[in-house]
This record gives sequence, structure tokens and C-alpha cells, in this order.
Amino acid sequence: MFYEPPVFRIMGDRALLVELGDQINPSINEKVRELLLKLDRRPLDGVMELVPSYRSLMVVYDPLKTGFDRLREAILELHEASDPSLVSEPKTLAVPVVYGGEWGPDLEWVADFHKISPEEVIALHVGTTYRVYMIGFTPGYPYLGELPEALATPRRETPRTVVPQGSVAIAQRQTGIYPVQSPGGWHILGWTPIKLFDANHWPPTPLEMGDRVQFFPIQKEEVGRWTSSKA
Amino acid sequence: MDIVESLEIISPGPLTTVQDLGRYGFGRYGVPPSGALDSFSLRVANLLVGNSEAEAGLEITLMGLKVRALTALVVALCGGDLQPYLNDRPFDMWRSQIVRKGDTLFLKAPRSGCRAYLAVGGGISLAPVLASKSTNLASTFGGYEGRSLRKGDLLCSGAPEHHLRIAGKAFKPEGRPSYKGDWLIRALPGPQNQDFPEESKRLFLDSPFKVSSQSDRTGIRLSGPALHRKRNLADSIVSEGVVPGAIQVPGDGQPIILLVETITGGYRKMATVISADLPLLAQIKPGDRVRFQEVSMAEARTALQERENHINLLKKNLG
Repeated sequence: MFYEPPVFRIMGDRALLVELGDQINPSINEKVRELLLKLDRRPLDGVMELVPSYRSLMVVYDPLKTGFDRLREAILELHEASDPSLVSEPKTLAVPVVYGGEWGPDLEWVADFHKISPEEVIALHVGTTYRVYMIGFTPGYPYLGELPEALATPRRETPRTVVPQGSVAIAQRQTGIYPVQSPGGWHILGWTPIKLFDANHWPPTPLEMGDRVQFFPIQKEEVGRWTSSKA
Repeated sequence: MDIVESLEIISPGPLTTVQDLGRYGFGRYGVPPSGALDSFSLRVANLLVGNSEAEAGLEITLMGLKVRALTALVVALCGGDLQPYLNDRPFDMWRSQIVRKGDTLFLKAPRSGCRAYLAVGGGISLAPVLASKSTNLASTFGGYEGRSLRKGDLLCSGAPEHHLRIAGKAFKPEGRPSYKGDWLIRALPGPQNQDFPEESKRLFLDSPFKVSSQSDRTGIRLSGPALHRKRNLADSIVSEGVVPGAIQVPGDGQPIILLVETITGGYRKMATVISADLPLLAQIKPGDRVRFQEVSMAEARTALQERENHINLLKKNLG
């Protein structure tokens, strides 16, 4: 369900959340993206940071320069002003993945869980074009959805303390890619040589919220074709 | 500007990092702010040595840092009292002082607070990464090679000799926060406050919480009475942006005060620490006790203004 008008929530005296709906849904997420783009085009005084997520936009501000009431008014005005020209076309990033084996230690488990073959798991995973709903958790981590219902899998009972950089994983109706080594509770299906975060490169990640990701399977012998080139 | 070697790390202690006032504008890429946990102390230290308040300094955790001056410098140490010594003599905090080439500064052990901030006249010369010199330890970028400082690391500063004449400036005692082990932290109701029953809200405001040893720059873990969410609500929420000071309550009901290394989260937030009290969070250490007090937006504003007045007064005094 859309929230119209949006719901504003106070997050302390230096941030607010603009909620545009109540669930994970592409059209609500697109509303979040529209508001983000509008605020990029017309920056508001005192705003330091905009963090879009599934259904809300967090606005972090300098409390010595502005405040909740003033920002709410300005954001509502921007939200109501329709300007479809603002919404640029999303990119689609093709992401090569080596599935299974040491590259995807949970592939077999996921196949068993759904009583299908590993090949069917791979076919389902590459058979959908995913939307980047948000980037968060760690720098560059894309939350991608939605995974086909037939692959929906609960998180691991025990999260791993170390998930290697490049791991492609699933949990519930989402799939994601670990851009840096980190702990993680998702099931690892494979690994991609594509670099998803580089602090010394601009932009630091090839993906933005609202973009699309299309996975395709490669053999481990082919990895070298992607490791030397920039993502 | 001449950049010269200014400090050599003799011993880093458990955790010393380069931090400035943080990295903003990259949250949409999942990049957390990082930066000095006690931004107030870093700003004061910088101003005392004639730097921009936003310059990078060293964030020193608990104890053990020993540095050697490689040239004459003006330095200031603010924040938690970690019993600093210059060579063999106690070294005053909250005051800029000259150290000569070859002098060593050593932080022995915490007397009060948890983190101290060392500013060097001329700053820490490092290339900003994503517009900040702050160290992001988890993703290993920014600061000094994206990591905490080690024995033998050499830090550089820009024309430190130009700052020497400012030595001797002090930050007035009435502006210095007190760091007792019993904390009263002020907070506004959080974005999911309505998801907690009255009993949990009451327990949150009426109970002391103990600070767990599992606390770091990502968050302060507290233990106390379990803060249950309303029945029939799921364990987690749809992930959303979070700020330092957000107090999230995971499934086990034990609250965590998020600090500067997180940008999104999927747990309910009971409350958010006000800006005026954020720097204090840096000084809370394992074993301390924390209580929360609910304040209004107007009170939060007044508290922040009061804190800023101390900084403004210092700027005025420094001319």
C-alpha cells in the first residue's frame, strides 16, 4: 500500500524518514527513487545525506541549519510536484557468476531444501532480472529482488562470521552480492569476479538504487576475463 | 605548504585510528559516516592547535598509545582522561602544548571516559577517500591505509612550525563534559517507538542498562530487562536507513546504541540519542551503566545550542 501523503518519522534531532509505503514492492521503491532524484536536483539547505531504502528515504540534516518541520514542508512540496523528466532510465548490469562447489558452498543445500536439482536452482536464479531495491549493510551491498517464490529460502540458522568478497547469496525473496568480506547469514550460491565497491573509484559502486541486475553463469576457467577489467 | 613527518607510532594500544568529522553524502552507496565518535573533543582539540575543527586527528581507545614527535609540534589532547604523560611527566588535557623533537607522549590507562583525541598543529596529512580522512575499518579504506595504526607508522603534518605560536591555549573547564561511569543519556522517541507496548517503553526509561564488552565503533550493546515488541509483530522490519545514536532492539530485547559504522538496519528503533549527547557515547565503556531520559525536540535543540556555545566561545577566545 502506498502512503499518500507520505508518513514522516522522526529519527532524533538530525534525521527523518519519509515512508512512501508499507512493504517491499517495486512501485513503492520507485516512488522512493523519484523523491531521491528530486532532492538531488533541488538540494535542501542543511541536508547532509540521503539514504534510500525499500520503502523509505532517510534524510540526515544539520540540526543547527534546519529542522524537522521545515524539511517536512519542503519535501512534501517536492513530492507532490510531478516531474517525470527527473526519472532517468535505470542501468542493467550483467553479473557473471561461478555457481556451486567451493564458489557456492550452499548451492547443494538450497537445492535439497527445495527438492530440486542444483541446475534448476541456477536456472531459477538467472531467470529473473532483479531490481536494486537499496544499497546498504556494507558499502556497495545491493539488495536485489524479488527472487522467484520457488527459491525463497529462510536465512541460515547460524550466520557465517566470514563471507568472502564477491559471494552471491540468497535469503527469503532476496538475493545480494557481498562487495567486501563481511559476516553474513545468507545462503551462498556462487561467486562473481565483478568488483562492487571501490572507495578509490568514482562512483564507488557500479550500481545505484533502482538499477537492474541480470546474473549469468560462467565456468571458473572464464573468471580471468572479468578480473582485469573494471566493473 | 611543506608536509613533514610529525609523529611516529611507538605503540598503538588496542585501537588507534585516524578520524575526522566523518564521511557524508555516500550513504546511498551503503557507506557509513565513520568519523570521530566524540566529535566534540576532536573539534576542540583541533581548534586548540590552530587547525580547522574538521581536520583529522587520532582517536585513541582506552590506553597504550605511545607516539614520538619527529619535529617540534603543538598538540592537544581532549576527551576521555587516559592519563597522558609527556616523557615522564603528566600531560594536561584540553590545552595546547609544545612537544619537542624526540619527546614521547604516552597514554597510560583510562581514569575517566574511554577515548581521547589527539590533534596536531598542521593536521594529519592524508589523502581523503570519499571526501574524508576517516578510517572505515570494516571495509578497509580511508585514514591510514584503511587500517588502525601500528608500531612504526609515520604520520605527516602540513607546516607544523606555523602552529607553534598558538601553544598554551586552554578550553575552559565549564565546557568540558564529565565522564562518570553512570550515564544519563537523553533521547527522542524512535521511529518505531509505537511498536513497543507501554511496559517496554517504561522499562527502557526506568531501568539501568549495563554496557557489554561486545561494544565497538559499530554499536554499544546493552544488557538489562528485555524490551519486548508488541505481540504479533515480526522480529525485524523492512530495512531502512539508520543514524548514529539510533537505539535498536533486536529479537532478544537487548538494546544496541548504533554508532558510526552502520548506515542501514532491519530492527525496530525504540529511541534516538540527541545530537548534544552523541559525543558522550564515545566515552561509555564496557561495565558502565546507562540510563535513558526522554526529551522533546525543543529540549534537544537547546542542549545542542548550549554545547555549541562552548565551541563558539572557544573560537572567539582564539580570535
